[in-house]
Amino acid sequence: MGDKVEVDITIPGQTRYLGLIGRIGENMVYALAGYAGDREELAYHLNLVLTEAITNAICHANKNNPEKNIQIQISANENQLIMKVFDEGCGFDLQKMAGDEVKQTAECGRGIQIIRRLMDDVAYHRSHNRNVLEMTKKLH
Amino acid sequence: MQLETKEHGDIVIIDVKEERMDAHNSGTFKEQMLALFDEGRCRLIINLSNVRFVDSSGLGALVSGFKNASARDGNLKLCGLQPQVRSMFELTRLHRVFEIFTTVEEAQESF
Repeated sequence: MGDKVEVDITIPGQTRYLGLIGRIGENMVYALAGYAGDREELAYHLNLVLTEAITNAICHANKNNPEKNIQIQISANENQLIMKVFDEGCGFDLQKMAGDEVKQTAECGRGIQIIRRLMDDVAYHRSHNRNVLEMTKKLH
Repeated sequence: MQLETKEHGDIVIIDVKEERMDAHNSGTFKEQMLALFDEGRCRLIINLSNVRFVDSSGLGALVSGFKNASARDGNLKLCGLQPQVRSMFELTRLHRVFEIFTTVEEAQESF
């Protein structure tokens, strides 16, 4: 067995699961062999981007329908960490959501910008009747 | 959202008794602050010393409180930020919007 770490979990589209998935993301960072960076910071960032991505999937893509599920796949090897968040909704326009600079006193709109700032690559596309937000973080 | 509220004169100190502020509890936090504004209390200190994690929804709730307090000639100040929480304010540049103090006492003296 190599150093690959993988998690695949499906949750109902409800915000009460945010903390649980965030903690799984944090714990995965401590399971990464050979990561030389600041683990505490990376753990916080994964918790954050997973929380933001799942909140987007629940609120914007699934339109708060609790019967629509969210699937989360996280895989990591020594080079990179890939997180995929699948929604069953009508999707959203990633470019539009991330296009404008958020006004300093805006109450919403920072989620996608936070993800973009903390991840190296972010894409949102259609995949087998679902949508997937794919986020990649290089580990060195 | 678990909050502990104390009053010192016309200043209300809100101690957030949650480890996380996210989309699950930030809506109720906003409503709890709005209830204070409706009672005419608009000078707030939010003590975040128990909060280990805040996302964009939590930040949005604080911005909402700040704007509501300012619109009523009051203010909303923050204190007790843990390092990772503080980094969230810097990442989103919200540290330029809020007055942030180390302790409740310092925040109180600034009013």
